[in-house]
Amino acid sequence: MTVLAQVDQLPVNIPDFAWAAISPELVLFGVGLLALLLDTAGPQRLQASFVAFGVLVAGAVFAALQTGNVVLCALVGLAGVTQFALTAIWRDRPRMLSAIITSLGFIGGLGVTAWQWATYAGGTFTVSGAGVQLPLVATQSVIGDMVAVDGVALFSRFTICLAGLITVPLGFSYAEDRRIHRGEYYPLLLFAATGMTLLAASADLIMVFISIEILSLALYILTGFARRDLRSQEAAFKYFLLGAFSSALLLYGVALVYGVTGSTNIAEAGRAFSALTVNSGLTLAAMALLLVGFAFKTSLVPFHMWTPDVYQGAPTPVTGFMAAATKAAAFAAFVRVFVGGFAALSWSWAPVFWVIAVVTMMGGAVLAVVQTDLKRMLGYSAIAHAGYVLIGLLAVSRAGVSGVLLYLLIYALMSLGSFGVLTLLERRGHKAMALDDLRGIGRRYPVPAGMMALFLLSLAGIPPTAGFTAKFAVFRAGIEAGLSSLVVVAVVSSVIAAFFYVRVIVIMFMEEEPAGADLDPPLDLTAGLIIGLVATTATVVILGVFPGVFIDLASQAASFAG
Amino acid sequence: MQSVPLLTLLIAIPAATAVVVALLAPTARSAIRAVSLLGSAITFAVSLLVLARFESVAGFQLQESAAWIPQWGISYRLGVDGISLFLVLLTTFIMPLTLLAGWEQSERIKGYYACLLSMEAALVGVFLALDLVLFYVFFEAMLVPMYALIGIWGSANRRYAAIKFFLYTLIGGLFMLVAILYLYFASGAQSFAYADLLAVSLTSTEQALLFVCFFAAFAIKVPLFPFHTWLPDAHTEAPTVGSVVLAAVMLKIGGYGFLRYSLPFFPEATQRFAPILLALGVIGVLYGALVAMAQRDIKRLVAYSSVAHLGFVVIGIFALDPTGAAGSVVQMVNHGLSTGALFLLIGFLYDRTHSREIAGYSGLLRAVPVFGGIWLFVVMSSIALPGLNGFAGEFPILLGTFQTVPWAAVAAVFGVILAALYLLWPYQRMFHGPVEGLAVGLRDLRLREIAIMVPLVVLILAIGLYPKPLYDRVNPSVSAVVADAIQRADVAATAAAAAREGE
Repeated sequence: MTVLAQVDQLPVNIPDFAWAAISPELVLFGVGLLALLLDTAGPQRLQASFVAFGVLVAGAVFAALQTGNVVLCALVGLAGVTQFALTAIWRDRPRMLSAIITSLGFIGGLGVTAWQWATYAGGTFTVSGAGVQLPLVATQSVIGDMVAVDGVALFSRFTICLAGLITVPLGFSYAEDRRIHRGEYYPLLLFAATGMTLLAASADLIMVFISIEILSLALYILTGFARRDLRSQEAAFKYFLLGAFSSALLLYGVALVYGVTGSTNIAEAGRAFSALTVNSGLTLAAMALLLVGFAFKTSLVPFHMWTPDVYQGAPTPVTGFMAAATKAAAFAAFVRVFVGGFAALSWSWAPVFWVIAVVTMMGGAVLAVVQTDLKRMLGYSAIAHAGYVLIGLLAVSRAGVSGVLLYLLIYALMSLGSFGVLTLLERRGHKAMALDDLRGIGRRYPVPAGMMALFLLSLAGIPPTAGFTAKFAVFRAGIEAGLSSLVVVAVVSSVIAAFFYVRVIVIMFMEEEPAGADLDPPLDLTAGLIIGLVATTATVVILGVFPGVFIDLASQAASFAG
Repeated sequence: MQSVPLLTLLIAIPAATAVVVALLAPTARSAIRAVSLLGSAITFAVSLLVLARFESVAGFQLQESAAWIPQWGISYRLGVDGISLFLVLLTTFIMPLTLLAGWEQSERIKGYYACLLSMEAALVGVFLALDLVLFYVFFEAMLVPMYALIGIWGSANRRYAAIKFFLYTLIGGLFMLVAILYLYFASGAQSFAYADLLAVSLTSTEQALLFVCFFAAFAIKVPLFPFHTWLPDAHTEAPTVGSVVLAAVMLKIGGYGFLRYSLPFFPEATQRFAPILLALGVIGVLYGALVAMAQRDIKRLVAYSSVAHLGFVVIGIFALDPTGAAGSVVQMVNHGLSTGALFLLIGFLYDRTHSREIAGYSGLLRAVPVFGGIWLFVVMSSIALPGLNGFAGEFPILLGTFQTVPWAAVAAVFGVILAALYLLWPYQRMFHGPVEGLAVGLRDLRLREIAIMVPLVVLILAIGLYPKPLYDRVNPSVSAVVADAIQRADVAATAAAAAREGE
């Protein structure tokens, strides 16, 4: 029974909206609006902040009257006071203000997700206003079956908010240096994150489409954010064209699903599919189109063409964010649709995925070997990693889904870390980093180079780093599901991948510095970079040595609303 | 005293020392050296305690276990038996000497010592681990410091050698990981513990495939012909200490792995593939010896001699005879001592002249008599002169092998003869004759260098004269493993025959 159905039976005909279900999105979107407002206000920042304060206080009062929830009221009020205080303190430094507010927004998103999780673990939560007890476990989705509040959604939200939170300090000084620190940067980041968390929680194909559009639009702009850089423009244009195309295909797939089953709800369509007795070409076409749409977003071969260009062209912190968060969100939806909804049809899509997984793992690794630009290389390596994640998906099991979730979290951390170090190095040279530019970096700057080496070893999956935990999780699920041959392909791909990761370490530590390296300006370690890099380093080590807690969380999270 | 986790200490002390060294200032050279040496010396002392506690029976002793990642059935389990005991001792014994040998290292000394110490922790961990994932973690973890050691402190062609070493080992390791995961699900035990996985029953096809996966990891480590090509490169380019650790300890993981994992887990496949492995071992012995003879670089020569010596070890194991297998374990220790000593001596020579060309030296015995004397002694041990340790290991191997697979023993004997040739010939060229070339004005061994060599020389002689204490401890475990493997393979063969008759 859905919420709407229950609401219909209530005496007062107020359409209930389960705000709690989308609270992380509300927080991210709200903070995005706030950041936008404060930026647009320019010198009248303080006045604008006062207006926001008024709105939030009104919201708090409304919440108090409507729900009687004192904590909620207090939190909204506190948000109002905090933003006003922050604006008052940093009114002359708008970028700093935006960055801090954005970080707080991501922390808020994490907090709300944690709250949802705690309620989830407790078993039920109360939809605000209606007083209906809903089990948060996998059986029901809310808001007209549009949004699922289940483990996959919550875990992915956690990953996405964490990625955003780390991106802000890592990118701050970089954006400043490249003179692309414009006001829209932070709101766009938050809006993209909103779209991503929503995508991870979408229980309806229409919602999937809408949230993909939300996040994509924000990312198109962020990719082209370095307006004066031709590469950045090219990347944005390419991303936009191909993205629009893939969205259209996805939508077509949705339409076909609706045509066959009479529903766009993932779970309902899945049930209808499993009841189908006739093998219809329409079903296959629907699967194929959905697959193309998702494969584009998760950059699987042969729908990966945009990835290296976009990764290379986009401003480095944006690339890091894209690699980490978009992948988490898109894979969450991918898993929800195919493993959660259409598992009964796996005979139709599993063989195709199998082939795609093989070409993705091998293609990504082999193409990465010949790259000389570091960002491009990491782009191809991201493709290979998407292939490894696909093993977890193909396992079509609880272990597989938890492996996927864990992999995405860990991948987010290590890729953010590696792009973070790149940010640091690029700032010094004021240019894109080719492999050759790294020569001898390890001797001059052992700590950042050591961190980079750690991230690369983790990407290569060498124990005891987090990357090993991630690989172990998906390999384990794959072998359990009888995909040993696929795992062997993954092993071969890992060895090829190890070659180019290790080559970077060789260049950093084992080659002499080029002549004239003394003349280069020294590395400028800002507080933001230090915070971001130390955080990612620590988590990569901890997740490698003591991953127990996260494994538990991920395996709890491997459940779907349906 | 009973509650002190001795085996954990063996891993924790070097690891902790590595961390301490990493935290010291890069300029505090003497502090770095002193802390490292102290750490490794304490580790050695602890390993002697383990030896004292060890009882000469089969089965794992001093076991420790704790939950690590219970969600995945991975635990932290350590234990020592006759197979691992002396390999652990070899590691802890060689390491302080190695640190002393690297005393003069001037460049980036901090990373150098931290690498060596973390490698010691990982190596000891490999020998002690009784959980397969834990074993894998140590197996891979030692890759990184060794790779750094070759790549950063090695000689001219070091980058190529480092990457080659890394990739070769990684390939083998990853295949082993797949096999470990497969074993886990095949056993249904929800545990990666050694004892739990041992209970698995596999079809003969599964056994064969998994055997090949484990074989990939261990054959590359040994290194068995034709998987040996990384070794000469790694040895030649590695700094002295790297070569010593590589030859003395790291290569033993291969032989250890065969005995610890391949035989007990896949007895049927072992029996099936034994002739192939024996053939590869024999080829390794002969090929290694012949190629060694053709080398101009003395370090490369010793590297190829390792290929030959470890061929013997493989023959001893896969002859599936308790005597031969016990000989293999002891021979691994012996090879560690004598080849380690040879690499140290080559290092001392290289420090002085920066040349490893055999042709560049002449009359060394007269120029540097102490060096020459020790060299001759070690070479004799490597040739397996009766009374020195090499003989104490190789003789039982040949004896055991002759009982089960005579042809392999006969072929391997030629290897012993060739060993005399390829080691004595360069000895003659370098050490005899008039004092010429680089030998002119050469300084003999210093006190520090002699101090490093003395323990090695003493052990080489002691084991040669009285190897009984070693065999007493090694035999029970090895016999149990071999007997069990033969018995289980026979049972399987009988069952298969019965099934065929039933059809």
